[in-house]
Amino acid sequence: MTADALLPELTARAVRAAHRDADGCPCEAGVLAARPDATVVRHAGAVAKAHAPGTDPGPLALRVATAARLPGVLLPPLAPHPAPLHDRLVTLWPYGAPVDPDDPDAAPWEAAATLLARLHRSPVPPGLPPMRGPAKAAQAIARLVAAAPDHPAAPPVLRAWATLPAWARAEAPMPGPGRLCHGDLHLGQLVRHPAPDGPWKLIDVDDLGAGVPAWDLGRPAAWFACGLLPPEAWSRFLAAYRAAGGPAVPATGDPWTALDTAARALTVQTAALAVAKATEAGRPVDEVEQAVVDACDRMGRRPPPLADAPPK
Amino acid sequence: MQCPKCHAPMHTYNRNGVQIEQCSGCRGIFLDYGELEALTRLEAQWTQPAPPPPAPQAYPAPPAPAWGAPHGGHYGHGHHHKKSFGRMLFSS
Repeated sequence: MTADALLPELTARAVRAAHRDADGCPCEAGVLAARPDATVVRHAGAVAKAHAPGTDPGPLALRVATAARLPGVLLPPLAPHPAPLHDRLVTLWPYGAPVDPDDPDAAPWEAAATLLARLHRSPVPPGLPPMRGPAKAAQAIARLVAAAPDHPAAPPVLRAWATLPAWARAEAPMPGPGRLCHGDLHLGQLVRHPAPDGPWKLIDVDDLGAGVPAWDLGRPAAWFACGLLPPEAWSRFLAAYRAAGGPAVPATGDPWTALDTAARALTVQTAALAVAKATEAGRPVDEVEQAVVDACDRMGRRPPPLADAPPK
Repeated sequence: MQCPKCHAPMHTYNRNGVQIEQCSGCRGIFLDYGELEALTRLEAQWTQPAPPPPAPQAYPAPPAPAWGAPHGGHYGHGHHHKKSFGRMLFSS
């Protein structure tokens, strides 16, 4: 069913979760996201999310249950089980105040790092499936190949992709014992609950699972490496992660032996999506997107280091 | 010890760890093996300006991978680019 047909009923679910009678209520409400992979509506203190078509109900239920079990790290759900709505699964969440997208300098780097460290140190619930980060990187490459195979930026991005180990391309299981990972960390995945000034929590459990914890540090690491994130912000993020006992990097010294593969993979994923989206929108890649493509180009010309094992 | 030139007695001085014999008569200076080089090194240290102190920095430059942006290149803070990078920070 289309997102347009989904919205009224999804909204009704959010209203019911917020309060019993919505007739003429003066509540703050609206559509928070309407993407092919997710439709999210808010009504007052409640948010209803319709997950991507084809989402496997078993793993989603385990992921939502994990959020309920770690309320200090992950935003806990309003309802314990995903509920079907036509061909979609719907989950209900409390509303949290997001990071201001117009003020990335005010991003809560320390809070994000501390939450990740605590997540990575939490036990992996039995039966939880693998973290979906590498699978999403592979999806981004598929989208690039479908949308922009002839774009001049496609070959360097695909060359960089080819230098990654099989696990980072979702072609082999991830190495190591597997830590509890978020799987898709970016600044849109943090909210304050209760809004507007409660503690920061991680949201969006769709990619949550067992895996290589460095993946969750990969985006900030990639932004820093590509010259997009100021070194001070990266240093603050990394220092806070270490201070909280995060296991993805060694406690001292150069963190890149542990981070390199994930940062490469997320640089490639970001570049692939940027080129695909620019092509789909009929516009050239901008300077920031070109910086990420340029990093892919340098990667493809340099073999990756041999050692890239997460610390024990 | 006597001066090899005028045979007046020589006195020993220590200048910055270098032994110097100076004649009390003709004021000539006698240097042992290696002492001229030691004095030249000391003189160079005196005349060379001290290296400038490093610029104050809240954090030392963090290590970065070889495939990273060259020269610490930094795109995120320009007025025009902030919007694009902001979008990137908030999307999957």
